[in-house]
Amino acid sequence: MTELTYTAPKPKVIPGATGDWEIVIGMEVHAQVKSEAKLFSGASTKFGAEPNSNVSLVDAAMPGMLPVINEYCVEQAVRTGLGLKAEINLYSRFDRKNYFYPDLPQGYQISQLYHPIVGEGEVLVDMEPGVARRVRIERIHLEQDAGKSVHDMDPTMSFVDLNRTGVALMEIVSRPDIRGPEEAAEYVRKLRQILRYLGTCDGNMQEGSMRADVNVSVCRPGDYERYQESQDFSHLGTRCEIKNMNSMRFIQAAIEYEARRQIAILEDGGSIDQETRLYDAAKNETRSMRSKEEAHDYRYFPDPDLLPLEIDQAWVDEIGAGLPELPDEKRARFVLDFGMTEYDASVLTAEVASADFFEKVAAGRDGKMAANWVINELFGRLNKEDIALSDSPVSAEQLGGIIDLIGQKVISGKIAKDLFEIVWTEGGDPAKIVEERGMKQVTDTGAIEAAVDEIIAGNPAQVEKAKGNPKLAGWFVGQVMKATGGKANPQAVQDIVRSKLGLE
Amino acid sequence: MSIDIDTARRVAHLARIRVEEERLPHLAEQLSSVLDFMEQLNEVDVDGIEPMTSVTPMALPRRKDGVTDGGIQDKVLANAPDAREGFFAVPKVVE
Repeated sequence: MTELTYTAPKPKVIPGATGDWEIVIGMEVHAQVKSEAKLFSGASTKFGAEPNSNVSLVDAAMPGMLPVINEYCVEQAVRTGLGLKAEINLYSRFDRKNYFYPDLPQGYQISQLYHPIVGEGEVLVDMEPGVARRVRIERIHLEQDAGKSVHDMDPTMSFVDLNRTGVALMEIVSRPDIRGPEEAAEYVRKLRQILRYLGTCDGNMQEGSMRADVNVSVCRPGDYERYQESQDFSHLGTRCEIKNMNSMRFIQAAIEYEARRQIAILEDGGSIDQETRLYDAAKNETRSMRSKEEAHDYRYFPDPDLLPLEIDQAWVDEIGAGLPELPDEKRARFVLDFGMTEYDASVLTAEVASADFFEKVAAGRDGKMAANWVINELFGRLNKEDIALSDSPVSAEQLGGIIDLIGQKVISGKIAKDLFEIVWTEGGDPAKIVEERGMKQVTDTGAIEAAVDEIIAGNPAQVEKAKGNPKLAGWFVGQVMKATGGKANPQAVQDIVRSKLGLE
Repeated sequence: MSIDIDTARRVAHLARIRVEEERLPHLAEQLSSVLDFMEQLNEVDVDGIEPMTSVTPMALPRRKDGVTDGGIQDKVLANAPDAREGFFAVPKVVE
């Protein structure tokens, strides 16, 4: 395995009236497990179904119903743990977290407080080439999602849909290692990328498959280093938790706002109350959820309906053996094997599908040229026209075909772009198109010479000037290229023009 | 007494069980005696003994990942005091 070297980014500093402040961020990301059925029932997890149609009597918490764990959800949690280089706990257990809310019919959420299935791991958060932060993962536990309440359909009623109730969630808890709003967004992006590579969560933030609770506090420069040395939280400020964020942009804005709010209170001589806050995107502010104090007294206890979850090391090893190549490794390999920049490698490995596409194009061809064509021509065009790679009008084979024609000097780089345009709009085999439409590069020196002679004969004044100023040879090259419709080999034209003008 | 009247009131509220004020002292006393008994049990030395999680030697039963349930909206909503357009309708809950 290869690793890229990197240095840690600088923490974000906010200048205040009484000196500089720094931000400390920890996150709890809730990622919905990609599975067919729920964590403890056989109802479907499909998004967007008729209300209360993906609900079993277990999910509706009817008396006498018992939960039976979905083995695949456990496997997905283990896979996620292994992908985050975390320790897997062969013994874990489920607890009840008690609270009352209409979208939680059981009156408790089944979660894993005391013995989570996954222990300490890490995520490498890339800020720019050569700059990255290693964010430690504290734990991942399996738990049930809650249902959904709709508050805006009626003035006096809330409407409850239990379709999401009981869907498996992985709660991925980080240490407070994130030091700025951009890092926080990058952390979520990287986590999402890894989960998508692993296939354990679809990462669809709009549909709520990934949501983040963000813990924010502020401290003075030097305090964080003291915390890191001692792992003693008293060096850090009091934190507030911003709940349920489902957009990278809002995560950044909310942290920015919250840090400034806390600094203003502290500089005024006040103190921060540890509390849960909600981010209001319309007003760009966070506000206290003002929930009753008791709401946080969850009275956790082991769920008597569920025996401890015990898994074998052999099973864990088997899951580990089936892990795909992950983003960091893929990126490092692309840099080494194809000689591309780290930036290009990041673009190509952002999604598994992009990386696979690129590797198909690059197979047996020049890696750098393939990267350049995939990123600049194809991705650039797809982005511009808002088309997904899976719907690309140009396939990997076609793009490879175009690159082959350049490599074999059948067409020039300029003609290749015209050819790309034709393949994009009309489709077809690039080699055939070049053949049929006479796009082949002219390497026949006789034909080029004839064209050069013609230009020289027609422009005696330019010829005289060029003899005194060799740079003007470029003008003749341009004229010849124009006369041959761009099909002449530029190097051959250059050589012939210079020799005919006697510039050698 | 380990549980006072305020604690008893709070526990009742957390469990959403209505308890009239005059019943709280008796309740506090009962809860206390339960905890006192637990205190007595705590005197037993259980060092190095695994907690018993089941009376029979069985492992947590597991299920394959497949949709085997659901599609019973009418049954799910059958006992709801109020349901509209497939939703449970409850008094407005606002944050």
